[in-house]
Amino acid sequence: MNAIPAWIIVPVALLMIVSGVLTLIGSIGLLRLRTFNERMHAPTLGMTLGVFCMVLASTLVATVLQGRPVLHEFLISLFLIMTAPVTAILLMQSAIRRQGGRRPE
Amino acid sequence: MMLLLNWAGVFALLCFSLGLLCAALRLMRGPTAEDRVLALDTVYINGMLILLVLGLRFEEGLYFDVALLIALFGFVGSAALAKFLLRGEVIEP
Repeated sequence: MNAIPAWIIVPVALLMIVSGVLTLIGSIGLLRLRTFNERMHAPTLGMTLGVFCMVLASTLVATVLQGRPVLHEFLISLFLIMTAPVTAILLMQSAIRRQGGRRPE
Repeated sequence: MMLLLNWAGVFALLCFSLGLLCAALRLMRGPTAEDRVLALDTVYINGMLILLVLGLRFEEGLYFDVALLIALFGFVGSAALAKFLLRGEVIEP
């Protein structure tokens, strides 16, 4: 951590704080909501926007430090955006089947 | 200014650790099996975010590779568990 210019520090710190708060809200929602069909929604907040903000902050720092665009960290965000719905669909189908085949009203 | 980035990193690490704790509680308590798979999903996302923050703080490129591997294998694990809960078999003949 040397020689990061001052104008980049503020947005990076803001993005890190936003990512931490969003992921914490998602995890608390996973703990606090009542039924499984409600709990399904909470962690996706951290899975999409939390990871995206963190990756954006990391990309900004690496780009400024190396003096060239460093974009490979977006692979994580891209991969999670592609794969999170697959797990969600499989889990929801399995939950519906185990609740006796009826859809939640 | 460096202090701001330092404290933002500490705050983010604290948030992710608390999220990890919440998900671990749900993993132990969860009434159904689907809850546990969902909590496992949240656990690996939080661990991956902790690794990203550490990589930003230590200026080390190796943490990114570890985070990418965690994302890949976490998806494989939770998808296999969800498929098992859905069908009773992971790879059907």
